[in-house]
Amino acid sequence: MGSKRTGEKLIYWIMRGITYLVVIFIAYILIDILLNGLPAISWEFLTGDPKKSGAEGGIFPAILGTLFLVIGTILVALPLGMFSAIYLTEYAKQSKFTQTIRMAIVTLAGVPSIVFGLFGLGLFVVALDFGSSMLAGSLTLACMILPTIIVASEEALKAVPKYMREGSLALGATKWETIYKNVLPYALPGMLTGAILGIGRAAGETAPILLTAAAFFLPELPSSVYDQVMALPYHLYILATQHPEAQKILPMQYGTALVLLFLVIGLNFVAIVLRIKVRKKYKW
Amino acid sequence: MAEILTEDKNKVHVENMNFYYGAVQALFDINMDIAEKKVTAFIGPSGCGKSTFLRTLNRMNDIIDGTRIEGKVLIDGSDIYGPMTDVVGLRKKVGMIFQKSNPFPKSIYDNIAYGPRLHGVKDKNKLMEIVESCLVKSALWDEVKDRLDKSAMGLSGGQQQRLCIARALAINPEVVLMDEPASALDPKSTLKIEDLVNELKKDYTIIIVTHNMQQAGRVSDYTAFFYEGHLVEFGATGQIFTKPNQKQTEDYITGRFG
Repeated sequence: MGSKRTGEKLIYWIMRGITYLVVIFIAYILIDILLNGLPAISWEFLTGDPKKSGAEGGIFPAILGTLFLVIGTILVALPLGMFSAIYLTEYAKQSKFTQTIRMAIVTLAGVPSIVFGLFGLGLFVVALDFGSSMLAGSLTLACMILPTIIVASEEALKAVPKYMREGSLALGATKWETIYKNVLPYALPGMLTGAILGIGRAAGETAPILLTAAAFFLPELPSSVYDQVMALPYHLYILATQHPEAQKILPMQYGTALVLLFLVIGLNFVAIVLRIKVRKKYKW
Repeated sequence: MAEILTEDKNKVHVENMNFYYGAVQALFDINMDIAEKKVTAFIGPSGCGKSTFLRTLNRMNDIIDGTRIEGKVLIDGSDIYGPMTDVVGLRKKVGMIFQKSNPFPKSIYDNIAYGPRLHGVKDKNKLMEIVESCLVKSALWDEVKDRLDKSAMGLSGGQQQRLCIARALAINPEVVLMDEPASALDPKSTLKIEDLVNELKKDYTIIIVTHNMQQAGRVSDYTAFFYEGHLVEFGATGQIFTKPNQKQTEDYITGRFG
């Protein structure tokens, strides 16, 4: 009896310890970036242009570039992902074919981001002749986060009970009316969760935009979707690895990392607030 | 079997119906006439096909993959499985109440206005009129009139089911299908639903599936007994309950099986 209880306790503490370990890692990263990055943050850093190849000045064009890329990505990926998910869960008959499609989507989620970058380079930059541009970058990032959004949206749609659909159909609603009025509103919070995860990835990835959208330094802010942009992760990558005085400009690197972190957290926060609002409206 | 109904006008006529879930046959050669503005009860043990049969009458089985139907179902003389049938129109005419009350997670008002809005009613006064009259008909008005804008999920189980009845009435159906509408309710709420059924049959043809024998006896004019996908016996409720023609019916009604 006693040894059984000791075993239980041991398991409990091992799991608890592991959880704490994970938290400690994350906390360490956050604190490290916060402590080293905060001194670099200033009004000029946030709103100014980079000077001396990023050794001085600010990162405003990179902030704006990343913001634009993320917004473009979501504008493309969210509707595409939502409609694919709606088709797969609500319309498509469950068959070998749809199973294969699902498998392909899940596999796509595991493809390394550099492969998406090469794909974007081949299709959007070269074949479709968008050039290295915000448009090509957003489309590439959209391809990359589509699986996340589709899978999350499918789960969200499946979570809406069958009786919502039956109740609506029995009142003489067509299939689309039923989906639009009595399924989608309740699935929206879950779909937004998928979008949140996608946003985080899109904002942070370097490889896909490296080949399709990003420039290290641009004298002007982009004026159309066909322009190249600066982007935070790429800027950070260059400062940390390609800059001749990488060691000396550590504060600039940390500052950039901090801003990127807060941008992602901020975007997530917006999506979470949106999700809570929608969820409050439709509770069952 | 049909001749016993001659004094009533027929609303629904079913002829040689067979129904399949994929390769499994669920209904075998059903023939039945259902009287207008009467209550017809379907009884039988679980899995006997009574709910499946009910759902063929508004084509709710269409949404299940791999189902197939043979034979004819006529409502007011027109074949609802004919190539020209508009399923939306059919479901408007044949409303349905489900076993598990299924209010939408919207306000009470929006629940009832859902159907009329679908079918093009936009005028606020008109919608309010429909909401009120349907809630009055479903005997819920007095309980909810002060909180029409509150979520329907806050209602009790019995109230939710009456709300679903009000919602079904809001599209002005002629036939109302009820799939064990009181099986999840307490006795008091059940009685309210039964009173409601008695009230509603003045205006609607009601078909009710029930597990509860006493309920069938209390509310229905006609009773059909199903067993293993076959319609065993169909007749006036009084006759079915007092002197059934079939041994199986008698055994079921007296509680010897099922």
